Amino acid sequence: MAPSIEIAKTQLTAPEPEHCPGPESEQAGKDDACNGCANQDICASQIPKGPDPDLPQINKRLSNIDHKILVLSGKGGVGKSTFTSMLAWALAADEDIEVGAMDLDICGPSLPRMLGAEGESVHQSNSGLSPVYVADNLGLMSISFMLPDPDSAVIWRGAKKNGLIKQFLKDVNWGERLDYLVVDTPPGTSDEHLSVTTYMKEVGIDGALIVTTPQEVALLDVRKEIDFCRKANIKILGLVENMSGFVCPNCKGESQIFKATTGGGKKLCEDLKIPFLGAVPLDPRIGRACDSGECFFDSYADSPAATAILDVVDALRDQVEISLEKLTI
Amino acid sequence: MDPAQEAPKSLSSVRHIILILSGKGGVGKSSVTTQTALSLVNEGYNVGVLDIDLTGPSLPRMFGVETKQVHQSSAGWVPVSIYNNSADPVNENGKKTRGNLSLMSLGFLLGNRNNSVVWRGPKKTAMIRQFLKDVVWNGGDSNTPLDYLLIDTPPGTSDEHIAIAEELRYAQPIDGAIIVTTPQQVATADVRKEINFCRKVNFDVLGVVENMSGFICPHCAECTNIFSSGGGKQLSEQLDLTFLGNIPIDPTFVEMIENQDNEEHDGKKKLIDLYDTCELKPIMKNIVEKVLDKNLPSRLSS
Repeated sequence: MAPSIEIAKTQLTAPEPEHCPGPESEQAGKDDACNGCANQDICASQIPKGPDPDLPQINKRLSNIDHKILVLSGKGGVGKSTFTSMLAWALAADEDIEVGAMDLDICGPSLPRMLGAEGESVHQSNSGLSPVYVADNLGLMSISFMLPDPDSAVIWRGAKKNGLIKQFLKDVNWGERLDYLVVDTPPGTSDEHLSVTTYMKEVGIDGALIVTTPQEVALLDVRKEIDFCRKANIKILGLVENMSGFVCPNCKGESQIFKATTGGGKKLCEDLKIPFLGAVPLDPRIGRACDSGECFFDSYADSPAATAILDVVDALRDQVEISLEKLTI
Repeated sequence: MDPAQEAPKSLSSVRHIILILSGKGGVGKSSVTTQTALSLVNEGYNVGVLDIDLTGPSLPRMFGVETKQVHQSSAGWVPVSIYNNSADPVNENGKKTRGNLSLMSLGFLLGNRNNSVVWRGPKKTAMIRQFLKDVVWNGGDSNTPLDYLLIDTPPGTSDEHIAIAEELRYAQPIDGAIIVTTPQQVATADVRKEINFCRKVNFDVLGVVENMSGFICPHCAECTNIFSSGGGKQLSEQLDLTFLGNIPIDPTFVEMIENQDNEEHDGKKKLIDLYDTCELKPIMKNIVEKVLDKNLPSRLSS
């Protein structure tokens, strides 16, 4: 029996040919690969593209958010979601600051568990989708709030994921205003990354925080992500090296688990001239706090990892809140 | 007849196909792929590795062949050779003790290793189709077929996964998928989704490997469960899957990857020779044997 695969509902009538530039690209209907493709007329008819008709709504929705930060890394499992959750907890510790966290990892959403909101669902009202509030001033939006069963796989092609990202940006009602929106992303440089940067272009992104681990295999992918940021004109607020060194709880001896054979995050920052925000050591308690959805800072405020993370958060806030333009006379 | 209903051309001389999957990123799919390949080569099998992680290809670095290039022959793309057994001795059964090993990855086709590949879905799908159509494994010689093709995948359940499932749909029987996870619940939650994906596209799950399971302090030999423990075993029990084993964190493995030299100069050794002394080798051998013990049928009749 043929496997049943849920395929995104696009307006295309035939499968995309090899080298298809993508129905949403500028080259749609005009590329060499489009000649002879049954979809050519459909794609070509959308030209001239003009601005996306949903853009004004997205801009309106996002206009009362002061700072928008993307958390990026080319590599998976380096701690993007962990860091996003830490950033959200740390910012929300100040009760005057309104924080929103948006999880764009559609196939593998982790933020709901890390922020202790697993099993919740979102509500739709006239004013849009309401995020799930994990604290009075911390709202969270993730696809996992929309899934019937936490184990169900989201087998979506890019086009369908783009639709959801657009919906998140356009329809989520974050309240009157937000000081910070932190956006967690999946690994790679593909549909999700292109969509979020394109849709948020007009309203402006403060910048991206890049997360890496020290070993070269990770840095290799992270360099690609930095290249992507440059191509997409996203400011890089800085890089944080996660899982950097491990202190044995038994003998206090330090070991390098993911050895920085090529100089780690610091060297990468020097080479590419981006700010190095700090190194966060591995602490098994962080993983445990994330698994149970508790705030790591509440329980272990004095641990070296907590101090390191808070230093990074401070450096990040300095980057986005102090505008050099306002300093000039 | 729809031409898509035939098995992709490059698979016509491949005996077994195994996918390495995980919903989560950074759990060690590429490390497990690398070690599975080395273990199978050590058993005397000819192994090919296909890397379909297009936006973050790690395997060229894992195998120490980042600077190599793929060549085009009249039959198609020739993968990069990582180990050639022509100089190996023949054992009493008239067989080589080690097999050949080759790798195909998008990493070889990129001009600069720092360039990002910013591709949307359709382009990724086309690339994967081309990989399955145009690569000539084991010289394309039908007399010496490839014993195992390992397919390393990116995290998630999206374009690459749909594409590979569609391509393999007419290539049955395939052996199935090895699922890699780390012990913490945040990881197993994503891995459950991947297992559901396997069920939807009819990939058999060969078993679950728990990677990064404990770290033994080199100073005091105390084992710390950095990413908690037991998640993989628990997951396989709950979902009634074979549990293949735990792989601990071994910092010397990363070092070994960095210190290898595919051409063997300046006293540096090849990865496969370095792996002989790696503490993970017996653990991985055990895992691979559990897969081989399933005695899955070969795709080729002879």
